[in-house]
Amino acid sequence: MHFSAEMFRPLPREKKSTQEIVRPSTTYWQDAWRRLKKNPLAMAGLAFIIFLLLLATFGPMISPYSYSDQNLLNTFKGPSTKHWFGTDNLGRDVFTRVLYGARISLSIGIVASLVNFVIGVIYGGVAGYVGGKVDNVMMRIVDILYGIPFLLWVILLMVVIGPGLINIYIVLGVVYWLPMARIVRGQILSLKEQEYVLAAKTIGSSSRRILLRHLIPNTMGPIIVTMTLAIPEAIFTEAFLSFIGLGVSAPMASWGTLASEALSSLKSHPYLLFFPAAAICLTLFAFNFLGDGLRDALDPRMRK
Amino acid sequence: MQSNQTETLLQVEHLKKYFPVGKNFFGKRQVLKAVDDVSFSIARGETLGMVGESGCGKTTVGRTIIRLYNATGGKVIFRGKNIFDLNKKEIKPIRRKMQMIFQDPYASLNPRMTVGDIVGEPLDIYGLAKGRERRERVNYLLEMVGLNKEHASRFPHEFSGGQRQRIGIARALAVEPEFIVCDEPISALDVSIQAQVINMMEELQEEMGLTYLFIAHDLSMVKHISDRIAVMYLGRLVELAEGNELYNRPLHPYTQALLSAVPIPDPVIEEKRQRIILEGDVPSPLNPPGGCNFRTRCTRAVAVCGEESPELREIDGGHWVACHLI
Repeated sequence: MHFSAEMFRPLPREKKSTQEIVRPSTTYWQDAWRRLKKNPLAMAGLAFIIFLLLLATFGPMISPYSYSDQNLLNTFKGPSTKHWFGTDNLGRDVFTRVLYGARISLSIGIVASLVNFVIGVIYGGVAGYVGGKVDNVMMRIVDILYGIPFLLWVILLMVVIGPGLINIYIVLGVVYWLPMARIVRGQILSLKEQEYVLAAKTIGSSSRRILLRHLIPNTMGPIIVTMTLAIPEAIFTEAFLSFIGLGVSAPMASWGTLASEALSSLKSHPYLLFFPAAAICLTLFAFNFLGDGLRDALDPRMRK
Repeated sequence: MQSNQTETLLQVEHLKKYFPVGKNFFGKRQVLKAVDDVSFSIARGETLGMVGESGCGKTTVGRTIIRLYNATGGKVIFRGKNIFDLNKKEIKPIRRKMQMIFQDPYASLNPRMTVGDIVGEPLDIYGLAKGRERRERVNYLLEMVGLNKEHASRFPHEFSGGQRQRIGIARALAVEPEFIVCDEPISALDVSIQAQVINMMEELQEEMGLTYLFIAHDLSMVKHISDRIAVMYLGRLVELAEGNELYNRPLHPYTQALLSAVPIPDPVIEEKRQRIILEGDVPSPLNPPGGCNFRTRCTRAVAVCGEESPELREIDGGHWVACHLI
């Protein structure tokens, strides 16, 4: 069969029609939130963290006792309606002191995440984006810092600059951004070859703009997961330092110092160790569950 | 569609782009010659098609021209200036005039930005429009490429491949460019969508007086859209001619083989079509053969082909070919 031009007739060109999109627009974050809500452990963790935040903020205000008020006539009292968690060797209300410890632990968490976010993300972002020699030098510095065991670092620094809450912040600031810098660098390295980054270069975006508007927003998932998992580690480090006497000093109370003080009377009054230890455990569990849940919710490779 | 103007908009002279690929097993530094001594020019309003197999350096040529890569050697003269001589500040106004449409519509749009922000970003960078004016300009651009303004608040993943490619085109048009490198803009699209996008690109060219460098491997599509066609093989130009001339009278053995592979949409002629099947594979660009780099697969290769590399010579009236035998 032969086809000739006469057998065909041109169809009138229809006006450019554009399809409407009916589905409501869901952003990446809405999608992630939807997935996170399906994870009961992560939601329990999130609820506990919010509960703890509220308690740490308002608890000490409402409590009739202060963390440093001593009552020497009322020492070593077990848990009762008057003192929920009992009193310690100086007659201080343990519940108030645990709440106060929560303040310190959460502030440590906030500092750790800020350090992670500011130093870690920018350091890793610059190293990954610039690449080449700059990347080499920057990452070797990270490797050297990483090579020294974490706790050794922290203890050495604490010995040099002395104990105290502010000093704990400083120490965390020096070492806590290392894993974040590595993760961000790895992500940026793989993302910077994407065509949308080339497109941004083509339209004349500056490096700063490409990093802040294109690369880092696309790394947010791993950044948040790393941050959530770094917080419990920081809280635990503080508790550990306080426990061995390098943390906050008396009469301030952190969970670590509370546990340390409780040791001397462990056999006669075990509840003194139980409450701060339970607080540490529950908080670490909560953050870890939330972190795991966020990893599943934010990681695109887990997407169905 | 052949433009009457003959003003040269872009001139590429002896462009070379080598990539270092680290050391080989014996510790010798290796260099991948992605583009090796390529010269051509594009007139204002013209479409130059560029074809060749995967990995022959087409995309590298396109990306080097808009200076996504710095060239190893050679010049790209755009509006009278060699773009490799310009510093960061001087390149910015040039960047506005040269844009690129990317191959993969799924990778070329930032998934965390709304379509409005993607299309509006060039406006922000050059401070072309703000606030309401920016919104109107974005809507205008979206309508120009056949989308509508409701799409501005959507995210790229909500669109189909063809629609995404339209968004990429709208972004390229936002800065009112004169020259657009189209890097296989349709090869990732469904066949039914390809024609739509191509037609739109042709309309836009007419409306805005655009000049295209159209990189592709679909020969019939290239013939349809291009005024002139350049054929690349292993980092070099082997033939350059006006579209019909190239199709009717291919001179280079490689072009002949390439064209013989195009199916003809007429069963009677198609039955008689004889394919020239090339022997072997494309040699590695890490270790290209000396002399003419096509000689390892050329059926007509003679001694001289192994000795020196043929230069691109003008045979007649704008038909250029790089072969010793012609």
